[in-house]
Amino acid sequence: MRTLAVLIVTLLVQSLTALPALAQDDILTIYSGRNESLVGPLLESFSDISGIEIEVLYGGTAGLASQIIEEGENSPADIFIAQDAGALGALAKEGLLAELPEDLLGLVSDPAFVSPDGLWLALSGRARVLVYGPDALEMAGLDLPESILDLTGEEWRGKVGWAPTNGSFQANITAMRQLLGDEATLAWMQDMIANDVQVYPKNTPIVQAVIDGEIAAGLVNHYYLFRFLAEDPSITAQLHFFPGGDPGALVNIAGAAIPLTSGQPEAAEALIRFMLGEVGQTWFTTKTYEYPVVADIPPSVQLKPLVEIETPDLDLSDIDDLQGTLDLIEESGALDQ
Amino acid sequence: MTAGPRLPRLDRHQALQFIAVVTALVVLLPLAWLVLRATGAGAEGLAWALRPRTLTILVNSIVLTVTVVAGALAIGLPFAWLTARCEFPLRRFWLIAGLLTMVVPSYLGAVTLLAAFGPRGLLYDLLAALMPLERLPDMRGWFGAWLSITLITWPFIALPARAVLLGSDPALEEAARSLGLGRWQVFRRVTLPLLRPALAGGSLLVALYTLSDFGAVAVMRYNAFTRAIYLQYTSSFDRERAAILALMLILLTLFLLLLERRLGQQRGGARLGAGAQRRLELQQIGRWRWPAVLFCALLVALGVALPVGVLGSWLTRRALFNVTAPDMGMLTATTASVSALAALAAGVLALPLALLLRRRHSRLSHWLVALTHGGNVLPGIVVALALVFFAARFLPAWYQTVPLLLLGYVTRFLPLAISASRGALESISPRLEEAARGLGQRPWQVVLRIYVPLARAGILAGIALVFLSVMKELPTTLVLAPIGTRTFATHIWSAYSEALLSIIGGPGLLLLGVSALGLIAILLRERQPGAAPGSGVALLRELPRRARAHALAVLVHLR
Repeated sequence: MRTLAVLIVTLLVQSLTALPALAQDDILTIYSGRNESLVGPLLESFSDISGIEIEVLYGGTAGLASQIIEEGENSPADIFIAQDAGALGALAKEGLLAELPEDLLGLVSDPAFVSPDGLWLALSGRARVLVYGPDALEMAGLDLPESILDLTGEEWRGKVGWAPTNGSFQANITAMRQLLGDEATLAWMQDMIANDVQVYPKNTPIVQAVIDGEIAAGLVNHYYLFRFLAEDPSITAQLHFFPGGDPGALVNIAGAAIPLTSGQPEAAEALIRFMLGEVGQTWFTTKTYEYPVVADIPPSVQLKPLVEIETPDLDLSDIDDLQGTLDLIEESGALDQ
Repeated sequence: MTAGPRLPRLDRHQALQFIAVVTALVVLLPLAWLVLRATGAGAEGLAWALRPRTLTILVNSIVLTVTVVAGALAIGLPFAWLTARCEFPLRRFWLIAGLLTMVVPSYLGAVTLLAAFGPRGLLYDLLAALMPLERLPDMRGWFGAWLSITLITWPFIALPARAVLLGSDPALEEAARSLGLGRWQVFRRVTLPLLRPALAGGSLLVALYTLSDFGAVAVMRYNAFTRAIYLQYTSSFDRERAAILALMLILLTLFLLLLERRLGQQRGGARLGAGAQRRLELQQIGRWRWPAVLFCALLVALGVALPVGVLGSWLTRRALFNVTAPDMGMLTATTASVSALAALAAGVLALPLALLLRRRHSRLSHWLVALTHGGNVLPGIVVALALVFFAARFLPAWYQTVPLLLLGYVTRFLPLAISASRGALESISPRLEEAARGLGQRPWQVVLRIYVPLARAGILAGIALVFLSVMKELPTTLVLAPIGTRTFATHIWSAYSEALLSIIGGPGLLLLGVSALGLIAILLRERQPGAAPGSGVALLRELPRRARAHALAVLVHLR
């Protein structure tokens, strides 16, 4: 009995010390809608350099945005990193974001990448693309599609992958709604489903599936392929940018905002400054292969220059009706597959 | 003893009931809030619940449940028959190896099945080497979910059925044979009715497991309730809808319990005449031996060898890009400590409830304990959602903390600890308590000096079972774990959703290994004389007799 008691007490003490620290006031709490593998190391190095302790909640961009709304006054989030301007816009619309200082906003070179009200800003840019396997296309006798809307054609049956629960995909749908209207967007999604589009949880598995030949092509952000290529240059998969201002060629941003309820606005600003600085921007261009958003950092040479992408005529701050998009995606049946 | 004014004291029974009421409230209040929240959506919510797309989810869940139960019966009954009654090569080995399928969490079963039989899985690689082939038909959807869940739930049928087949009186069947019935007729008219309560109890377990399973349906992308709730919760702004779906799932679960109550009515098969029951002789099944071996081998291959093999192959798989290897030390420490804390809390809370059950007069006490089973029958995702909603509204300080996570675990797994302690307490003579009280011991001293030491085995078994369950738990952890707290289960989950297979192998194998050791330890304990009834497999053996109460406990253990 005695040994048992000792054992239990030891276990208890060990447990309590082993558990990660509970929320403390001097820790910067980050809600990240970006994957741990994409930003985790960068956040760690910020913590090492600045001496600011951080804790990160990783999740889906839309889910975290809705969590911040649900938490309201009680939200522990000190800063929100999103992989899509739409979620940031949605929070701005709810009146939950604090205005960012001018000097931070001024760091971003393209005014299209900053909220008009100064409530959020871009950290990096990304383009929506079609990743495809040239061999698979050749085998099936397929040409590259002119438009994302062409993927509903019979020749693409069962050959395309998408990730309807992914934030970047949802932003693309919001853009399509702006450009084509709800009805046409819904019809496109339903036609895609009728055309046996393959569903994946995220972008990475889509690229993996294209590399494996499981599908011929997939709707993803541009940068995932480069991360695979960095490890294995023999991969033949390629990127296709839809031409002519197609709704499938959206250029979106990953960005950040500081909630009004943030207990650590200075630390949060320091983190944004860090990510817009040389270390951060170099990380985004060389490690995640995204587009830089500040003037003096060049993009990776492998990338098609941003100016050459024929993006649709759209204001990023207008794609903030995330809930409308989520409803539409649900209505289309994309989540039931 | 000095005379003087004394405060009125709760006597022990009242104190127990007080603790029981508090525990039941803690378990039930969040659920009540969830229901309130769902019904608060009013007519609009009802319209949303009744629209065709939502009803599809209901149909999906029902289809999956019915087919999995059918599949589990089709596998479990023959397996029970073979291992209980027939002589064939390696019978004992197949029995143990087959039971090991129970330790595979559904998400691991599903991801490894997909890796093997997916469109471009291992099977594809084999076949593509022989013939030109673009890809295999996609098993995701109903078939994949059905296969993954059936492969790990059939022991729920096999174990109780086997217990009946081992324990039934051979004289019954012999009498039927001697009266001219053929083998098949004997089975249908004598054995099957004897098996009926066991099969009904086992089917209930399978059905409850299927309804509450999250991992397999999520991996296989089958839109049953649990997946739909999770999607609504994580990717929509409108959280009322997740609550509405959760309420629908609660109602479906209650319906299932009622259904089983009606179908599973007990029929006696007891020996009335004098004389003792003879031991069963194993049947010689001649050339049917080989199909029997093949059947068992297939089950073991799919249910045990395949997950282990695939996870092992992932161990050596090269990471595709700069994946940071998981901090196994941290992961192990976190998993072990939340599991240990939850198990201890459940063990401690279970004791007063189990003691209360010893006094059998009180209707109230039975109801209270029955109610605490609520958190256990209900799917983990529902329990987690209830706690999140409740904490966000009423306990902001608890929100996103380890204590809330532990509360979720305790809510789900307390009944397991209750059943285990209860079994052990029942074997203690009430005379001991009377004697101790007579010698001047206080009630709490009686508990500490008599009940706890004597029922130690059962209490520890309960704690161990809760530990094993928490270690594998996915949906509750996914929703309730505070920032930065990661267990094996959530680590595997997030790595899988990013296709980072190389970092799943280690934690996956470790999880399976510890669970398998746990199961084997429990199986071995069973064989010791004097092992606490109510622990581990004894629960399964008792299934036909006390199907409902214990069924629930077993369910948690095996989950």
